Amino acid sequence: MAEVLVYVDHVDGAVRKPTLELLTLARRIGEPVAVALGAGAENTAAALAEHGAVKVLTHDASEYADYLVVPKVDALQAAVEAVSPAAVLVPSSAEGKEIAARLALRIGSGIITDAVDLEAGDEGPVATQSVFAASFTTKSRVSKGTPVITVKPNSAAVEAAPAAGAVEALAVSFSAQATGTKVTGRTARESTGRPELTEAAIVVSGGRGVNGAENFAIIEALADSLGAAVGASRAAVDAGWYPHTNQVGQTGKSVSPQLYIANGISGAIQHRAGMQTSKTIVAVNKDAEAPIFDLVDYGVVGDLFDVVPQLTEEINTRKG
Amino acid sequence: MSLRIVVTVKFVPDATGDRHFADDLTVDRDDVDGLLSELDEYAVEQALQISENSDDDVEVTVLTVGPEDAKDALRKALSMGADKAIHVEDDDLHGTDAIGTSLVLAKAIEKAGYDLVVSGMASTDGTAGIVPALLAERLGVPQVTLLSEVLVEDGTVKGRRDGDAASELLEASLPAVVSVTDQSGEARYPSFKGIMAAKKKPVESWDLSDLDLEAEEVGLEGAWTAVESATERPARTAGTIVKDEGEGGKQLAEFLAGQKFI
Ligand SMILES: Cc1cc2nc3c(=O)[nH]c(=O)nc-3n(C[C@H](O)[C@H](O)[C@H](O)COP(=O)(O)OP(=O)(O)OC[C@H]3O[C@@H](n4cnc5c(N)ncnc54)[C@H](O)[C@@H]3O)c2cc1C
Ligand SMILES: Cc1cc2nc3c(=O)[nH]c(=O)nc-3n(C[C@H](O)[C@H](O)[C@H](O)COP(=O)(O)OP(=O)(O)OC[C@H]3O[C@@H](n4cnc5c(N)ncnc54)[C@H](O)[C@@H]3O)c2cc1C
Repeated sequence: MAEVLVYVDHVDGAVRKPTLELLTLARRIGEPVAVALGAGAENTAAALAEHGAVKVLTHDASEYADYLVVPKVDALQAAVEAVSPAAVLVPSSAEGKEIAARLALRIGSGIITDAVDLEAGDEGPVATQSVFAASFTTKSRVSKGTPVITVKPNSAAVEAAPAAGAVEALAVSFSAQATGTKVTGRTARESTGRPELTEAAIVVSGGRGVNGAENFAIIEALADSLGAAVGASRAAVDAGWYPHTNQVGQTGKSVSPQLYIANGISGAIQHRAGMQTSKTIVAVNKDAEAPIFDLVDYGVVGDLFDVVPQLTEEINTRKG
Repeated sequence: MSLRIVVTVKFVPDATGDRHFADDLTVDRDDVDGLLSELDEYAVEQALQISENSDDDVEVTVLTVGPEDAKDALRKALSMGADKAIHVEDDDLHGTDAIGTSLVLAKAIEKAGYDLVVSGMASTDGTAGIVPALLAERLGVPQVTLLSEVLVEDGTVKGRRDGDAASELLEASLPAVVSVTDQSGEARYPSFKGIMAAKKKPVESWDLSDLDLEAEEVGLEGAWTAVESATERPARTAGTIVKDEGEGGKQLAEFLAGQKFI
């Protein structure tokens, strides 16, 4: 069976959920061969094997941390040359898309970004995209070269599918461009202990209606009662009430959880672009005319300062 | 010393309009008004700030690849303060994908001459956010992308990239390709004077032959990707909406419990 390369997104060997989802999709079109780079790469093998990777190609070098994007492109290109895969799948993070794009250009291939589903087709894999703020669904394929496809988080279920996962060292020689952009400093983001926004099964968001940084505590309390991630609208972020990394929407994160709860958010097109594919949508807004209500499965017209604490209390009570 | 900045700007259908696809599965540009992609306004703004903060002689050129109407995007950028504009227009460009767009842009950037390319973080229609990386790859220069802060001095570009796991400080020597996010600073509004001045600024028009490109390398025919179908997402079925009369939170909890979220 044809091999399919899967680029592994991991932090010091801990594989992030979107990569495990890619393994599920990869198995629909061939045998997954994972490529893990940087510190801890070898530690990814167990998790990858458990989810279907027949082989794990690893390589570590200081270049991956010290320079932007290109060293990873060099490595992925080396993997493509070693394996001659039927497709290359990469998680649709900002960096993932940049790596995938440069790889596609180098190997003379087309690229599809932000796929939300993938299936085998007569002329190669067919990718589903959700476009124009999720108002259209398109199906596309790469028509030249080896399909390079980036896939959004929450596009497939993580499935256990034990495979060999044999670790092999990947031979990489870095290009002249690899050291072009130096990373001269790095400040790691402090963990909040909450789930990662793009990977969370439930997201609780606050907007301008939250009316102040201090009031975000009631959004966080609701999130914690549900084990959810916290999101924010751009208006809340621009006002300095919540960090930009939590922004949901066109220029923030795009999320696709099982449940999205929008509090004090009007539902502007740019916000909808980032959350419209959520399975169940709930909103609390005091304006019955707010466009967000066009999307909801359940909406409460009311003051979030009354509704949200009552909801949180009720959830905590029910949980006992 | 002089510094030549090329800013890539895209003409896109208004996101607040009713966007859809034409019969050939390309974006229907006739039914919805187009405009300069809002995210490219941030690129123009940063180019103008680099120019204003520099002791060197700086020339800011805005570049678009797009149909006749895309001139509107160039006009807007010129009225914000860019010095001149280049419009790459050719019927054979219809349906060009990201790989093809980057080919045309790279050829045009090389022909124009540059020390720095500044792009937006993503277009507001295709939203791939890959064109800047593709340009860096094609031009063989450093990619310094997704910056929320940019500084250019002494032949070096420095910036801050706020990623998921960390915030990184980046540095590269010119020439380079930069892309900026909407966190980089609000874009200025064109002044009346700016709008009047824009009318006199030069707009060059290039076609594929000016860039030594063949029709087969671009457009739908040359595309590296093929769209097979585009279907409108069915409208969501109307949900339940209740008015809070003191029990709104409890009613919502009941709904969530019914859906097994609690
Ligand atoms: C290029 C571009 C990119 C953008 N990207 C994004 C993006 O990524 N994400 C994003 O979110 N936006 C984005 N925006 C901004 C977007 O257009 C809206 O301005 C923004 O989403 C509005 O945020 P909001 O809904 O919180 O605020 P508003 O639109 O002001 O809505 C606030 C809502 O809160 C309600 N409210 C007020 N008080 C209460 C209360 N006590 N209880 C209950 N409800 C209350 C009001 O009725 C209102 O509906 C972008 C805009 C542009 C131009
Ligand atoms: C809904 C939709 C989905 C698409 N999906 C794909 C896909 O999966 N693969 C693919 O190859 N193509 C795709 N395309 C086509 C692609 O959008 C265009 O080829 C486009 O010009 C380049 O990609 P982008 O708009 O996504 O640019 P981005 O990479 O998002 O744009 C980043 C920046 O590049 C610059 N830029 C982009 N295009 C131009 C231009 N024409 N003129 C000047 N500057 C420009 C701007 O500064 C912009 O801010 C899609 C188009 C649409 C409308």
